[in-house]
Amino acid sequence: MFGYSMAEIGNIVVMQGFSGLSMFTVLLLMALGLAIIFGQMGVINMAHGEFMTIGAYTTVMISKVAASYGFTDYYFIFAIIIAFGLAFAVGYLVEFAIIRHLYKRPLDTLLATWGLSLVMQQIFRSTFGAKEVSAELPEWMLGSVNPTPDIDIPINGLFVMGLAALVTFGVYMFMYKSRWGLRVRATVQNRTMAGAVGINTAKVDRVTFALGCGIAGIAGAAFTTIASTGPTTGTLYIVDSFMVVVFGGAASIVGTIASAFGIAQAQSVLQFFMTSSMGKVSTLLAIVTILMMKPEGLFASKLRK
Amino acid sequence: MSTLNRRGFMKVSGALVGAMMAAGLVTGHAFAADYPTAKVNTTGLAVTDTTVKVGILHSATGTMAISETGSIQAEKLAIEQINAMGGILGRKIEVIQEDGASDWPTFAEKAKKLLEKDKVASVMGCWTSASRKAALPVFEKDNGLLFYPTFYEGLEQSKNVFYTGQEATQQILAGLDWIAKEKKAKTFYLIGSDYIWPRTSMKIARKHIEQHLGGKVVGEEYIALGDTQFGSVINKIKLKKPDVIYAAVVGGSNVAWFKQLNAAGLNSSKQTMLTISVTEDEVLGIGGENLAGFYSAMKYFQSQDNDANKKFVEAFKKRWGKDAVIGDVTQAAYLGPWLYKAAVERAGSFDVDKVQAALPGYEFKDAPEGPVTVEANHHLTTKLRIGQWGKDGQAKVVYTSGYIKPDPFPKGYQ
Repeated sequence: MFGYSMAEIGNIVVMQGFSGLSMFTVLLLMALGLAIIFGQMGVINMAHGEFMTIGAYTTVMISKVAASYGFTDYYFIFAIIIAFGLAFAVGYLVEFAIIRHLYKRPLDTLLATWGLSLVMQQIFRSTFGAKEVSAELPEWMLGSVNPTPDIDIPINGLFVMGLAALVTFGVYMFMYKSRWGLRVRATVQNRTMAGAVGINTAKVDRVTFALGCGIAGIAGAAFTTIASTGPTTGTLYIVDSFMVVVFGGAASIVGTIASAFGIAQAQSVLQFFMTSSMGKVSTLLAIVTILMMKPEGLFASKLRK
Repeated sequence: MSTLNRRGFMKVSGALVGAMMAAGLVTGHAFAADYPTAKVNTTGLAVTDTTVKVGILHSATGTMAISETGSIQAEKLAIEQINAMGGILGRKIEVIQEDGASDWPTFAEKAKKLLEKDKVASVMGCWTSASRKAALPVFEKDNGLLFYPTFYEGLEQSKNVFYTGQEATQQILAGLDWIAKEKKAKTFYLIGSDYIWPRTSMKIARKHIEQHLGGKVVGEEYIALGDTQFGSVINKIKLKKPDVIYAAVVGGSNVAWFKQLNAAGLNSSKQTMLTISVTEDEVLGIGGENLAGFYSAMKYFQSQDNDANKKFVEAFKKRWGKDAVIGDVTQAAYLGPWLYKAAVERAGSFDVDKVQAALPGYEFKDAPEGPVTVEANHHLTTKLRIGQWGKDGQAKVVYTSGYIKPDPFPKGYQ
């Protein structure tokens, strides 16, 4: 077939399948934090990418420390925890200083967070320099696993996959199985009523926003394994993140997962058969068409209007 | 305390001048008195009896700051060194720095400000072709002088611009010849970012491979700027099994490209790759371990072993920190002020027309990359070098071509 042996085609199908899955988990990690903030609070956080960058720079810094103290092999665990903590803290402050004054003016949050993203980019540039930097990866994360000699499964892809699964599970538990999640959902459904039964809705908002930012921080940490870190790294991810969230239906985490999966598989397959740019264009066209027919996205929230 | 500082200063500056004299950079002392301002500046440029204003126009903010910072540093270093030697025709260079902010219309606007308001005698600047194309009409209208440092796609020649980087054929042809001969390469996979420079370069590369090397292009792919997902492209490459990947991926994509290539098992032991978009600057972000063994075709590598380069690297690190690295474009940017100085001295005047006329034919013997000659088409005759990257982020020069004349409008390649 096309001058290739069946074995070769089989190998490519396996690797291509993995590359699609890997892109799916990357998109999912990008979008989860945004889905929480946008979906639960209706805040359009244009600075989402910059919270990822916080996580990425944290990882780069910790990798430098790790290299000089000789714990490079397992620094990543610390990096992820600290990245989450830092992004969470910054998110908490941002909500307190800016976002909470704008809940009644959703379009203004767009402008305010976009301004915030520019400010953050320049802070990164002034602090870490304009050049792109790279985290030194532990030896075990480089290279690939070979189930057969001709199949290479990238280890960093597996790592991101595992992390995405963990974070998604964590978010699910938080939102649907914890007291906090209950309060968040109550606030989303009926803010006044939630306040009336004694839920501190201001605090719920703050934690929800900070949580979304924290997850962005984790995503940023994870992406140091596949790309570099620079002051404007966040802008590379923001469009894809929004695409996933909007396509999935704003208020649904299941929708976000389904949408990330659909977009990743479509893009990955199309890019294989077309050129890379055409693959991307075709995916975007398909998304626009579907959104025209289903403006609320794949999984619309079932709220009474 | 103050005497100590002063003494320390004298010692340092003395050593600096001494080093330059040893390098042969001091071509003869010129005193302002020998060149009265009325005579050397007849067009109203910002030249006084003691100073001359020169503009630096790069992006210090925005996405391109990543790349352009090195050029700003190199230009400032060269200017400081020139001033330490007494300046140009006895006049110290005063720098007016403007920020193009990675925005092409801003480049045009700032160029206009530098030329019309500040009346600078020349400008070191622009980086991307888009920024140069935006500023070019301003330089031509106001008859300014631009020293442009980046290797670029060619197809341009302006009397108001001197191109200190390589044009496309200088960078591409000799490199392809080498890899075809050295690695017996027959099949090539071309991959680049999706904008003018990679597309023009790949067009030239494809013509050369098909018409002159008897090779075959088995794939040609362009990646949207900033894209970081290469899984599908890498699988395509695995299926086609090219002898050589010829790459011109830039920016953030570059890092993702190499990291994912390595993670997918395509490292230099399994795959030969020649890139025209990786310099020491990019390696900082990519990480030497992801690049080790791959090749870059450039006219300059920081590791070049000659006296002028050793002095340049030392001075650069002293000025900008020991971790600073120097890529091809940074070195080309460093040439700008030196070429301008030589041109003014040859012309005996700061007048733009006279400076333009005086520079072609000049051989700059002490360029860190090795001697270069300015040609009548305002590009430089240079050598091409192939560097093989090591884990430490430095390249070992494995091949040096003969001198290659610039040919910005190559026949048969367009």
